[in-house]
Amino acid sequence: MFTINKSKVAFTAAILTGIALAASGCASSDPLAPETDAPAAGGETIVIGSQAYYSNEIIAEIYAQALENGGFEVSRDAFNSGQRDAYIPALEAGDITLFPEYSGNLLQFFEPDTEARTSEDVYAALPDALPEGLSVLDQSSATDQDSYTVTKAFADENSLVEIGDLANVTTPLTLGGAPELAERPYGPTGLLDTYGVTVEFSPTADTTLDALLAGTIQVANIYTADPSIQTKDLVVLEDPEGLFLASNVVPVVSGELPDGAAEIINAISAALTPEGLVALNVQSTVDQESTPDIAKQWLTDNGLI
Amino acid sequence: MNWVGNNLDLIWELTLVHLRQSVIAIILGFVLSLPLGWLAWRYRVARGGILTVTGLLYTIPSLALLMIIPVVVGLPAFNEINLIVALTIYAIALMTRSVTDGLTSVDPAVRLSATAMGYGGGRRFWAVDFPLAGPVILAGLRVTAVSTIALATVGALIGVTNLGYLFTNGSQRRIIPEVLAGIVAVVIIALVIDGLLIAAGRALMPWSRAQRRARRSRTAELPLEVSVA
Amino acid sequence: MNLIAEAIAWIFSGDPGAGLAPIPVALAQHLWFTFVSVLVAALIAVPLGWLIGHTGKGRDIAVAISGAARAIPSFGLLILLFLLLGVLRTTEAAIITFVLLAIPSILAGAYTGFEAIDRKIIDAARAMGMTEWQILWRVEVPLGLALLVAGLRSATLQVVATVTIAAFINLGGLGQYILAGLPLRRFDIVLGGALLVAALALVLDGIFALLQRASVPAGIRAGQSHHSVPQRSASARTAAAGAS
Repeated sequence: MFTINKSKVAFTAAILTGIALAASGCASSDPLAPETDAPAAGGETIVIGSQAYYSNEIIAEIYAQALENGGFEVSRDAFNSGQRDAYIPALEAGDITLFPEYSGNLLQFFEPDTEARTSEDVYAALPDALPEGLSVLDQSSATDQDSYTVTKAFADENSLVEIGDLANVTTPLTLGGAPELAERPYGPTGLLDTYGVTVEFSPTADTTLDALLAGTIQVANIYTADPSIQTKDLVVLEDPEGLFLASNVVPVVSGELPDGAAEIINAISAALTPEGLVALNVQSTVDQESTPDIAKQWLTDNGLI
Repeated sequence: MNWVGNNLDLIWELTLVHLRQSVIAIILGFVLSLPLGWLAWRYRVARGGILTVTGLLYTIPSLALLMIIPVVVGLPAFNEINLIVALTIYAIALMTRSVTDGLTSVDPAVRLSATAMGYGGGRRFWAVDFPLAGPVILAGLRVTAVSTIALATVGALIGVTNLGYLFTNGSQRRIIPEVLAGIVAVVIIALVIDGLLIAAGRALMPWSRAQRRARRSRTAELPLEVSVA
Repeated sequence: MNLIAEAIAWIFSGDPGAGLAPIPVALAQHLWFTFVSVLVAALIAVPLGWLIGHTGKGRDIAVAISGAARAIPSFGLLILLFLLLGVLRTTEAAIITFVLLAIPSILAGAYTGFEAIDRKIIDAARAMGMTEWQILWRVEVPLGLALLVAGLRSATLQVVATVTIAAFINLGGLGQYILAGLPLRRFDIVLGGALLVAALALVLDGIFALLQRASVPAGIRAGQSHHSVPQRSASARTAAAGAS
């Protein structure tokens, strides 16, 4: 005669629940664990966020380790927070305290029609453009901005030095990049208006570099700190008319940082150079080192910890 | 596979987070699908509607659902609760049909005997119908568990960190072992959870082994994997 | 809800905007990937499933492999295949991913279809002198058809929902709207894309529902109206009732 053995059910349920709780308990100290609670901005713990972009994560990790070394409580819960739509509201709400951003792209997010183009102008325009409660610290000389890039072979074939030279190319041009590039002011419309260049657009997203190398697109929107510009021998076309905004690495703060924290971050920004940023990216992609290791190495080399 | 050796702690941490997110969604989905499946079984009128709606829930593209849920729930998009809600919805979509089919598969003769023996409605459900529906429900739960664990990786696209991070990060940095490690880790924990469920099934439903040997009763409606192992 | 109204307005506006392909083109791409993947998966899984169901052997292995295949995250597999095969073979990478997704359901549909058939019918067929091939084609396949179609139906729905990720490697499909709409903060486009996928799934589901009903052999359908004795196995009962 078979019946449900009540004690067996309870026992099994207890075991399964126990496993679930154990898993959640063990995982609570995960450095990459997503946000579960929101300490108020200006409180004890500095919540640092990063984009879903490996290079940005390295910079955030550098901030984190330097602050920890300076005796501050740091939370990495907001690492890998996706795109601006996801994390900007969190910054405004104070769920994230500190975020490494890029000045030009950030400005354009809040003020799509901004006229600022140079590094200084963009940085000067930011405080007014940012919403209440958000501010920026010193910007770094390191840049990681959009660019239009071609292969060396293509550049040599068509004598390309600046973006405007593309207008002389007789074969049809396809531009590749993230899907939203089609709508950006520096996208195909901007290319036409500013330089008189006509392109087809292909939303290549993460396949952009591969597509450029394979020849399925001729022009690619690649970030200037991408190590493949050097490793794959690519040519960044010059932008004399200022189609792209300058975009320097700049820390964004929500509310107030505890005393002494801002100095640490500013020291990092001062020490980070464009070549240095590229070198960090090379360590991540070519040498395949882990983010915490790369951050530690850089901070040690620059005498910041 | 150097990369894997150097990053075992990262993989392990992500695995734990992934487990937590998935297990919560699986349990919630299971619990919530019971009343729904019961409703669809008990009231023929509702059955078509409930089963079609839940079936179609599964076809909502996960990325879209993950974007809409934060707006509804009101938490930052990268908060894992959004992912857990989405996974729970998909789990309900998969499980409801199994619950209904399981209850349908109970031989009416057995129910009649239970009534003849004096079991009232509610007691009969918990003492007879539900346990006998167990094997089919368990089969559905196993499929749901495996699917949920695989689906949770999509969270990486909205900034919820779990094993899916290995895919987006690996694709950006072009580290093939990283992506492969992510896939292998997901498959392993899915199979482990599957094994646990099989063991739980054997412990809780000792009669199902005899049932299996006696007659081949597979519930035909399940378009999902039907395996009363 | 306001957002749904905006999404529907976007769908019918004629021009998706933002440099996106027109909806009919995306729809065609989406359908193409779905159709080809399910077809290839069926070509692999149906003969295999019939073999398992007919001989009764290999079921456990099939179940185990299907279970493992179901555990593979499609998104991860797509990226892995893209990294391995390169940007010139993105279509192949996508098709392989979707085929692997579809196989478990179709395989299950194929062999459970055969297993649901009352053994007595097979015995009777053998007693009548039918060869194994005749039993397969004249008895098992028609009787198992309804469950096979149910398996195909489930596989198709899963694939339709997953083809949205093809947009990540620039293969178009309805996923491109969801992918492009997010960074542009055009939630009407995101929702519109999702609604289109759901609508497509509804239509395909409806077609399969009809197919399932039609695939129950006339003899069984006739039997159910005269039958007052409840059938023995749940499978036969539900197969006879025709899936809803």
